[in-house]
Amino acid sequence: MGSLTKADMAERLSSEQQLSKRDAKDMVEAFFEEVSTSLINNEQVKLSGFGNFDLRDKRPRPGRNPKTGEEVAISARRVVTFRPGQKLKDRVETEN
Amino acid sequence: MRKSELIENLIDRFQGIPVKSVEQSVKAIIEHMADALAAGDRIEIRGFGSFCLHYRAPRTGRNPKTGDSVELAEKYVPHFKPGKELRDQVNDSL
Repeated sequence: MGSLTKADMAERLSSEQQLSKRDAKDMVEAFFEEVSTSLINNEQVKLSGFGNFDLRDKRPRPGRNPKTGEEVAISARRVVTFRPGQKLKDRVETEN
Repeated sequence: MRKSELIENLIDRFQGIPVKSVEQSVKAIIEHMADALAAGDRIEIRGFGSFCLHYRAPRTGRNPKTGDSVELAEKYVPHFKPGKELRDQVNDSL
């Protein structure tokens, strides 16, 4: 089982899209910057054929330190969740 | 933000690269990620997060309309874990 990285994506871009290695690397970098910026601005990201990155605001709740059992307050927070699209779910299901 | 808006933002940022190449690059990046997950590979983007597959055991489900029980096979579903940097920055925006 391998692992896909930005370097792998840049490699494939430069060979398939006739981009220089430098441009391909910058493009992959910029792609994830754009997605991150949108999420940081509290804006959902929808990539058709892949899935949606949604934001959820969590209310504060009491929690526990699992090691010590001590009660700690968990503050309100905003988290990113990913909902895979139907096409991706189908591919993952049938090809694995 | 939709894919088309992401493409437009990148076109603005890469004035020296033909519009067509930027468009195809975005599609290629997304396809590359989908290919990796379909092949059972992980995706690791430092600062952004990682994607992996989670196993779902076979179970007996029900057709919500008819109430008939149906056997559901085991399967894998894509899962995303945000990286620390993204997690912190998103939370700081609250």
